Amino acid sequence: MAKELWKGNEAIAEAAIRAGCDCFFGYPITPQSEVPEYMSVHLPAAGGVFVQSESEIAAVNMVYGAAGSGMRAMTSSSSPGISLKQEGITYLAASELPCVIVNCMRGGPGLGTIQPGQGDYFQATRGGGNGDYRTLVLAPFDIQETVDFVQEAFDIADQYRNPVMVVCDGLIGQMMEPIEWRPIPKRDLPPKDWAASGRRGRARHNVINSLYLDPESCEELNQRLTVKYAEMEEKETRWSAVNCEDAELIITAYGTPARIALSAIEELRAGGLKAGLFRPITLWPFPEAPLHELAGSGQVKVILDVEMSSTGQMLDDVRLAVEGQKPIRYLGHAGGVMPTVEEMADAAWTAWKEVQQHGGHL
Amino acid sequence: MDQLGTRRLTIVTGHYGVGKTEFAVNLALAMAAEGPGVMLADLDIVNPYFRSRERKPLLEAAGVRVISSSQACSDADVPALPAEVLTLLEDRGIRGIIDAGGDPAGARVLARFRPKIVQEDYQMLYVLNANRPEVRSPESAVNCLRSIEAVTGLTCTGLVNNTHLCGETTPEEVRKGAALMEEVSRQTGIPALCHMAEAHFLEALADLPVFPIEIHMKKPWEAGRGTALSAPL
Repeated sequence: MAKELWKGNEAIAEAAIRAGCDCFFGYPITPQSEVPEYMSVHLPAAGGVFVQSESEIAAVNMVYGAAGSGMRAMTSSSSPGISLKQEGITYLAASELPCVIVNCMRGGPGLGTIQPGQGDYFQATRGGGNGDYRTLVLAPFDIQETVDFVQEAFDIADQYRNPVMVVCDGLIGQMMEPIEWRPIPKRDLPPKDWAASGRRGRARHNVINSLYLDPESCEELNQRLTVKYAEMEEKETRWSAVNCEDAELIITAYGTPARIALSAIEELRAGGLKAGLFRPITLWPFPEAPLHELAGSGQVKVILDVEMSSTGQMLDDVRLAVEGQKPIRYLGHAGGVMPTVEEMADAAWTAWKEVQQHGGHL
Repeated sequence: MDQLGTRRLTIVTGHYGVGKTEFAVNLALAMAAEGPGVMLADLDIVNPYFRSRERKPLLEAAGVRVISSSQACSDADVPALPAEVLTLLEDRGIRGIIDAGGDPAGARVLARFRPKIVQEDYQMLYVLNANRPEVRSPESAVNCLRSIEAVTGLTCTGLVNNTHLCGETTPEEVRKGAALMEEVSRQTGIPALCHMAEAHFLEALADLPVFPIEIHMKKPWEAGRGTALSAPL
């Protein structure tokens, strides 16, 4: 199929429509406003429902209602708007409702900036809502992955009856790239016989609920969710390793910094430092085992984590996976500033020289 | 360039993401190479990223004066226009380029300046890109063009083909756009002016009027962002 030129946010919306999204509920916020804008024109034309809600909180609760009745439902926003959705997300997870949530991340904290950021890693992977729940988090780094993942997200959500987040940063939402519409892997999806969409001859009506007054029943829910999350960890963990086979320095990054890292690695290798990129594609489940194994291999001397976050957030997961086997250094920018190829390469050289001087010790 | 730079004012319009800004930046640089007094107004109040104001240092180094909708903060999406736009419209010693926002929504800002624009020697160009799904058919491209004319109250005077696939562009892609431009020109009577293409395509497109461009609106990982690092071990 011929390639087409798509802007990230429009592509997200089109991908959702192609995946059979029935309902979109959202509220404009830069840098993701093209998603609801595109949806407002094209989703009704495809037979779906578009509602610009009065707020982000209303939108996520509309998703709860639509998903509860068996519809393929979606919402999208950018960082501050996703914060507002957190209560709804924990309710969706507790009620085991499949849905897709897109976060086109911008610089924070607070209202922050409208330029790209990655400060919502904790929020996405740890859950900004209450209780023990997980959302599967896909992090594309180009527009092709973005359209593939948004389509897959609907299937993954249906398969596990769980919210799935697609997190991209503002740059991916705003930039243009050539893509092709290609088929996504087929999954065997269970029927939605749990949906509150009419009794249909059953003995009892279905109930969508997250309130359990009986503690034993609530723990039973938690145990069921725990088993489900373990299955997701086992079957859905994704990552990409580029030039890692002989790498002495590993850059860990996702989204836009991972794209920048690919150029930095070329420069580093041209300069004589064997560098590779380890890129988590699912932020949860985090690819802990493969990173642990890579860090343990003899030739790897140091790991450089790069994020558009001032404090480092994925850095915690990198440390948990590396388990102290090798030193880890960090390069971060926040507030909407992106790292450059040159400073990433500089940081790699600095990290490399430090471990050379200290004999590889932390 | 002969067909593009003869009017005092050039207004660049088109659908989102067809490459208006890349065109405007290249046109400004080409005009500045011919002489002083070139001014580029970035009136994109719609798009938060990839705006011509991001190339202000490059343009200013080439002698182009750049004005944008939010001078103090180039990263905001504040729909405010600087008074300086009037300089470009009123000073007939200036050759001006106006980079409008995408679609009728982005071009609407021009309506406010219509009374001044129509008194000037101006052209309004419509940029086409046959790889943009919402304007790849002649019908949708003409609809977008007519909507822009309706909200601005101005008439398009020329078409520019900017059909590309970023780093995957081939001469065939440019020709695909040429066919679209020809059909849009046939349906509207608006002349097809030129095709944008990087200089290395000139030979393969020797039969077409090509406006040779350099890619200035780069992504942060693309080559040419600055000097390469060389650190010895």
